Amino acid sequence: MAKKSMRTAINEAIRLEMRRDPTVILLGEDVAGGQGGSADVNDAFGGVLGVTKGLYTEFGPGRVIDTPITESAIMGTAAGAAVSGLRPIAELMFVDFIGVCFDQIFNQAAKFRYMFGGKAQTPMVMRAMTGAGLRAAAQHSQSLHGLFTMVPGLKVVVPSGAYDAKGLLIEAIRDNDPVIFLEHKAMYDLEEEVPDEAYTIPFGEANVLREGKDVTIVALARMVRFSMEAAANLAKIGIEATVIDPRTTSPLDTDTILESVAETGRLVVVDEANPRCSFATDVAALVADQGFKSLKAPIRLVTAPHSPVPFAPNLEDAYIPNAAKIEAAVLSIVSAGGRNAA
Amino acid sequence: MQLDRDTLAESYRRMATIRAFEERVGADSLSGLIPGFVHLYAGEEASAVGICLELGANDWIGSTHRGHGHCIAKGSSVEGMMLEIYGREGGLCGGKGGSMHIADLSVGMLGANGIVGGGAPLAVGAALAAKTLKTGGVCVGFLGDGASNQGTTAEAMTMAVVLKVPVVFVIENNGYGEFTAVSYHSGGVDLAARAASFGMQATKVDGSDFFAVHEVAREVIGKARETGMPAVIEVAVNRWHGHFTGDPQAYRSAEELALVRTRDPLVLFKTRVIEAGLIPADLFDKIDGEVAERIEAAARAAIAAPVPHVSTVTTDVYVSY
Repeated sequence: MAKKSMRTAINEAIRLEMRRDPTVILLGEDVAGGQGGSADVNDAFGGVLGVTKGLYTEFGPGRVIDTPITESAIMGTAAGAAVSGLRPIAELMFVDFIGVCFDQIFNQAAKFRYMFGGKAQTPMVMRAMTGAGLRAAAQHSQSLHGLFTMVPGLKVVVPSGAYDAKGLLIEAIRDNDPVIFLEHKAMYDLEEEVPDEAYTIPFGEANVLREGKDVTIVALARMVRFSMEAAANLAKIGIEATVIDPRTTSPLDTDTILESVAETGRLVVVDEANPRCSFATDVAALVADQGFKSLKAPIRLVTAPHSPVPFAPNLEDAYIPNAAKIEAAVLSIVSAGGRNAA
Repeated sequence: MQLDRDTLAESYRRMATIRAFEERVGADSLSGLIPGFVHLYAGEEASAVGICLELGANDWIGSTHRGHGHCIAKGSSVEGMMLEIYGREGGLCGGKGGSMHIADLSVGMLGANGIVGGGAPLAVGAALAAKTLKTGGVCVGFLGDGASNQGTTAEAMTMAVVLKVPVVFVIENNGYGEFTAVSYHSGGVDLAARAASFGMQATKVDGSDFFAVHEVAREVIGKARETGMPAVIEVAVNRWHGHFTGDPQAYRSAEELALVRTRDPLVLFKTRVIEAGLIPADLFDKIDGEVAERIEAAARAAIAAPVPHVSTVTTDVYVSY
């Protein structure tokens, strides 16, 4: 099987679904790029990080639609088109831009089905880049999955690699509810084995990447990689970790998390987002509420601090959770051999 | 264009239905029978009916918080609407939307909208779907003078011009955004001219005059359908009631409140059609009587209807989850 970057995997997912279903369209700012420019090139960029490159050439301007910088209109156009017969993929570029268009997502798209008594369906996908690590600072680096997860009516997908990204995006495009699909921008170049053909990964089914008896680590997106790195290091000193990637925060595979904690008795949640009212606190609350009797030690949360994402490289590196911080959190509740830490 | 007798009678029936519906809903809202916020369309009937007369089953409309008239004009069942507004089982939205979010996708009505300006981008989306799927349909996005100031509206107009989609933005200028007059809230700017500056044809019309509204609708919607391009109509309408039921309207003079009722679109319609000898006065009386009976029956049925089962509080959040 060929190794492909997450960028290529996402491009393939969109391409395959656009070939399969003529109602799938892609719209956003510079998803092709170059319209009206003096070079007369109409597929100049394929999105700011090149993810949608080539789709315009294959599907043309009727289905790969470059929009003005009007995020409310992009999301609203997608929502309106979704309830009236299309399956739009609307690109927000950086998820931080949700600030100028959130109404169209959380008051409109997310609520149509409920407000209209189950008579509407809104099969749209909002794609956006998430996460820190590119020195893009406070307005281009946030992890906002928690914001969307809080909203009933939205599904929220946060893939941790190329294989999952392709399968989850195809699932998202075929899904009949509005889906928020968040692509970690520091992971676009990471390669995994990815089949050429279309496949789907169901929402609400966690991926258990590694099983160990001493501690359960739950992580999302880029934090899954850091958690695996931490787990490998911990194994060298005799601590065996289970690493769970829920892949979607809404719906959330609560069973897999609770079953694992029932076996390990310990939980560490790793989340790149800010810590208050977050995915990390949500999972901690779930386990405290429904898995309390299994716990042998306090729940530990490894998150970004309660601050915006800083610019200077040393500050940003200090901001983002990493393997060392995850290892320290684990070591604060478990010692080698599986005993509680002193 | 001369409308035939049946079309005239049906147009009057729709306007009269909206009027009677709103007067009944207004009274039952004030008395507490209807929960929540209610924004009445009375006085603006010729706009919804004159515009929607040019729309068919393939066409969509987007609406506002003042959406009952748009629903009725596009063909929604008044019985289903009444159940919905009273919060009853069997309502158009199962009692989950209410007045501010009433919708009827089965007749191409994309929903009232509790967010001022929330609907304009959605209308562009429905027009894009019509264009992409080649349905031949257009979308009319109703919005108010207040919404015309929202960024969403500016973005939607920009998008419509760039994407070249058949959406007609109908700005119903009733003179007030909530409790603030358009002269203040829009800085005295001409709303049609501002909309035209986005690159669309914009036409103004007197919303008391059904025939004027319909003539403009015929031209503008016909052209949007033919060319696939967006356009704007600014309809000057009179809001007979307050922003919501119970608004004492302390910001409007007694003279103004009396004056707006002298331009009653139903009376103007009736007078003109009777004078032209197209429909006799007694047929209007007959229609008025039938409408009154229908609205009374719908309201009584809604009051008597069961409330939604409490188990539905968590249904229809998603298609699948």
